[in-house]
Amino acid sequence: MQHSRHKVSTDAHAPGALHVQNARLAFGERVLFDDISLSLPSASWSCLLGRSGCGKSSLLRLMAGLEVSNDAQLTLEDASQRPWRQRIAWMGQQDLLLPWRRVIDNVQLGSTMRGERSDPERAMALLERTGLDWAARRYPQTLSGGERARVALARTLYEQAPLVLMDEPFAALDALTRLDIHERACELLADRMVVMVTHDPIEALRLGDQLLVMRGSPARIEHFAPPEGTPPRHPATDSMSRHHDDLLKALTEQTA
Amino acid sequence: MIRSLLLPAMRLVLATALLVGLWQLVVLMGAPRYMLPAPSSVVQTLVAQSALLWHHALVTLGEIVAGFLCGTLLGIGTALILSRWAFLRSTVLPLLLLTQAIPVFAIAPLLVLWFGYGPGSKVVMATLIIYFPIASTCYDGLRQTQPGWLDLAATMGASANRRLFYIRLPAALPSLASGLRMAATAAPIGAIIGEWVGSSAGLGYLMLQANGRMQTDLMFAALIVLLVITITLYFTVDRLCRLAMPWQPDRTGRQTLINGEKI
Repeated sequence: MQHSRHKVSTDAHAPGALHVQNARLAFGERVLFDDISLSLPSASWSCLLGRSGCGKSSLLRLMAGLEVSNDAQLTLEDASQRPWRQRIAWMGQQDLLLPWRRVIDNVQLGSTMRGERSDPERAMALLERTGLDWAARRYPQTLSGGERARVALARTLYEQAPLVLMDEPFAALDALTRLDIHERACELLADRMVVMVTHDPIEALRLGDQLLVMRGSPARIEHFAPPEGTPPRHPATDSMSRHHDDLLKALTEQTA
Repeated sequence: MIRSLLLPAMRLVLATALLVGLWQLVVLMGAPRYMLPAPSSVVQTLVAQSALLWHHALVTLGEIVAGFLCGTLLGIGTALILSRWAFLRSTVLPLLLLTQAIPVFAIAPLLVLWFGYGPGSKVVMATLIIYFPIASTCYDGLRQTQPGWLDLAATMGASANRRLFYIRLPAALPSLASGLRMAATAAPIGAIIGEWVGSSAGLGYLMLQANGRMQTDLMFAALIVLLVITITLYFTVDRLCRLAMPWQPDRTGRQTLINGEKI
């Protein structure tokens, strides 16, 4: 099943595009990256790849305004000049569901955290869209890994944030569950700007409108052409396997 | 369900019967009565002196429960303050350790001098004995929150107070629960020591009196009452902890129902 995504403009200066500028991160003498800039077109899905330790997760954390290092900086801006820090939704390496909150209360966590009135109707609607309305009153540990990932997706959507930052959100799932959650995520996040850090080239090739490979020391970002077709792309096509080979080569190649 | 409850109960009865049998055997082998009274004579004393035992048990029970509540509240309060305001750690942590380094037994006479022969000094003693375990288990639990949860809360714009009360405190509950169970067995020690040092009522007082008059059977009867109080307190606390954490899978495997469904 193919879900149609908005036609994505690759013109970085299109209205709504978000710019990451002057990103720098160092731990003491060790500079992971310096002066990195990249643009995120509106309603696009960008995948950030690289060897482990290259600093891709840290770059994502910097974008989210999370603590990384004392020697770190990053500017996030779009044409509107509004602050971006309050307009992001975060999905971490695990589903991060709180075991003491029922599924629906996990979806509404953002309201509790900000001290706002929660919106159970919207939370319920989101659970319906992720196919989990039957589980609203359950505790998370009674659900399977795939179901938990869908709850985490519903919680992310509840935030109504234009920018969604994901740090290997589906890494813990088995391959088949992951293929299923890709389709759902692609449909549900179609109108958001997504940046996803991933170790899985197939995941990146299926979902990415923009493939960013981080490599070198200090790291640079290289753009990598995505396969043709609109995401979620079928994982078993000739185009996919060709791109997969190229991407793997780029990831494993040592740069001077 | 009934069967799963019955089985541990039967095991408990069996173990108790075995213990009493062993006790009776030692008595039959010729242990002097003033050192080890027969189980039957202890039971007789329990019945005959029930009014006296009841009177003293209520005093001790009150001291234990009051001490348990005070120690728990103080311990949790300390842990919350320590994790909320980092700059207090360097001053409060050494003080906390100090309360544990001084043996309560050693300052018991002093506490009786300060807080009197009444229940006050016993409540303070029980409070002191459980304060450190509660504070340290709760503080440990608060410190070991999964960092991913705190990241998520930060991106949602949560204040430090909301992170503490909605994420770190619930996450610390399993750790706090083990502290509470430990405290349930330690609080009676504090109360009894207090009564030994100086008092005019309570099971500890009764045991001292009985000991002085060679009424060993009464001493054993008081001991059994104390045992029942401690075990009841332990299981009550354990039960309440489970009720407070309905999401927590049961380690003993007795409670396999969550949300009314088997998991």
